[in-house]
Amino acid sequence: MTPETYAVIFVYSTSYALRAEKLLIRAGIRTTLIPVPRHLSSSCSVCVRITRSDREAAQQALERAGLEIEGVHDI
Amino acid sequence: MIYFDNAATSWPKPPGVVEAMVHFMEQVGANPGRAAHRRAVESGRIVYEAREAVCELFHAPDPLRVVWSKNVTEALNLALRGLLRAGDHVVTSSMEHNSVMRPLRALERSGIEVTVVPCSAQGVLNPADVEQAVRPHTRLVALNHASNVVGTLLPVAEVGAICREHEVLLLVDAAQTGGAYPIDVQADQVDLFGFTGHKSLGGPMGTGGLIVGERVDERQMEPLMRGGTGSHSEYELQPDFLPDVYESGTLNAVGLAGLRAGVRWVLSQSVDRIRAHEVALTQRLIDGLRSLPSVIVYGTLSADLQIATVSFNIVGTESSEVGLRLDDEYGILCRVGLHCAPAAHKTIGTFPDGTVRFGLNGFNTIDEVETALVAVEELAREVQ
Repeated sequence: MTPETYAVIFVYSTSYALRAEKLLIRAGIRTTLIPVPRHLSSSCSVCVRITRSDREAAQQALERAGLEIEGVHDI
Repeated sequence: MIYFDNAATSWPKPPGVVEAMVHFMEQVGANPGRAAHRRAVESGRIVYEAREAVCELFHAPDPLRVVWSKNVTEALNLALRGLLRAGDHVVTSSMEHNSVMRPLRALERSGIEVTVVPCSAQGVLNPADVEQAVRPHTRLVALNHASNVVGTLLPVAEVGAICREHEVLLLVDAAQTGGAYPIDVQADQVDLFGFTGHKSLGGPMGTGGLIVGERVDERQMEPLMRGGTGSHSEYELQPDFLPDVYESGTLNAVGLAGLRAGVRWVLSQSVDRIRAHEVALTQRLIDGLRSLPSVIVYGTLSADLQIATVSFNIVGTESSEVGLRLDDEYGILCRVGLHCAPAAHKTIGTFPDGTVRFGLNGFNTIDEVETALVAVEELAREVQ
């Protein structure tokens, strides 16, 4: 079995991450909130981890809801 | 004991509120929006869901445009002091609480022009008078949704339409109506909506907020404070996005856990149902008081035109004396005096003596109203 690969979505703050999480769950996308990896950002809060294959669908779902994204990175 | 001081703060709190706060203290405890461990995320989730609950109740579209504050006074100060600049003109009513009047009087000294539109002796505001007061440099209209002295509802939706037409922002102080009277910030075209958590929303003291509408540019509204937000920590400059720009320092997460439970309870009961019960209590109270000799009742005298706050006096007796005897002899707790609203008392003709105020809410019963009417009747008879 291939190990799962992930991407993380950066948003402004924990409030935004929680909003993103709810929007993504509603869109049927599995999410986990994790600490922002230090090598990717100096933010001290959380980001939204998704499976890499959901990356496009997730971005679309957030854009539809008007939630601003700071960045998306594969990890 | 009969608690008739709900216009100051509600008691008791809805079922689940105290439990939610104890749960937060015992089982969650972490700082919302700071660390990323499970407890911090849970704490952040509670705070976020309180934003969602408030949005659902007031029909606001975006939970991230709900800004927490420690009370409605802070929310109103943020809007007034954050937005208004020297040379701006602001319109308000003569029924305002000092939470609006005092910041405005202070702003007058920094070159902001204030017009106070007079209301009738019943506390009624004619929207046409607001329209007449609007000038080319009017930036904002600031209105309470219902008087904390006599309960009279102000025509927020009508003023909202006027504000849109003249491209003026509308700030509403919903301290007395949030959770007790149906509110739709979008339909009523309210741009800035200040609410308190500890009255009809059923939450604890130390909670409140400001809903910032889409027409307000947060880059044009200065924060009252700056500091840590848990976001953009690499910068020494305040973030410019909502809600963080206005939420420096650790939030009252335990209070917001209680507020979340309170608002959810209000939603489960429905504001319409709560309102119908309060209208019945209020009309019976007004009619009963009016039938007593030597008792003067203020306001519109119609429960449909007001919230469950009723002001009265017994002719020949100071309101403080009535309040003391109601407490001592009958166990009825109410508030007497000027209720932090000297302008409103001047408008209804009770300045500087003030009134006895019965502030009811959905937890009061018709039996309590009847008991209180008997008490006031006995006190009034003594004076005759």
